[in-house]
Amino acid sequence: MFLSAPLIRSALALSLGALVLAAPALAQRDPAYAAARAAGQVGEKADGYLGFVVPPSAPLKALVEDLNIKRKAVYAQHAQAQHATVEEYAFTAGCLAIARTAPGEKYQAPDGTWATRTSAPPQRDPRCPAG
Amino acid sequence: MTRRELTDRASLATTLPMQGDSKRGRFRGLTRMATAGMLVAGLLAMGGCISVNAPDKPIVIELNINIQQEVVYRLAKDADQTIAQNPEIF
Repeated sequence: MFLSAPLIRSALALSLGALVLAAPALAQRDPAYAAARAAGQVGEKADGYLGFVVPPSAPLKALVEDLNIKRKAVYAQHAQAQHATVEEYAFTAGCLAIARTAPGEKYQAPDGTWATRTSAPPQRDPRCPAG
Repeated sequence: MTRRELTDRASLATTLPMQGDSKRGRFRGLTRMATAGMLVAGLLAMGGCISVNAPDKPIVIELNINIQQEVVYRLAKDADQTIAQNPEIF
């Protein structure tokens, strides 16, 4: 019985620690990724993934591929919940990600070429939702 | 007319079809033969009409995903939240 109080305390501390670890890390973009985006080396593709506008360095390639894998995992999870295919969900996210690009960033136009975002609305697939 | 025939250990064949000289039995046999003959003739005739040509173009299976606009509109709200909730990967 005399052991129970410290035990409970340590169990509480452990579960609190687990909660902190499990909470989604609301981190911002990796600085290398942010820099590549701003420099127009990496762009938003129409299919919902990142693409390379110019041949990437090995570390940038690994970083962007990792982001695409993470994107795919998120797409797959939400697509299942929405009873849609991963491709459909990814395409929808691609429409929105292109809409969110900042002026100077690259995005893939419907004809497949890389376009630079200006202050004007981006050229998007006609199936993309407005706004 | 019923003839009696020797049929080894089995009982005597007494019905007309069993003896093979029943009018009805013979007629049925002939009909069946005629039907079969017509079928064979028909198949042969049809065989002359069927022509199987190899396609001159290679068979291409279309793998382009046909995404419907209505699906995109349905998913838009959820996808927008997903992007907002995962700023580190978008």
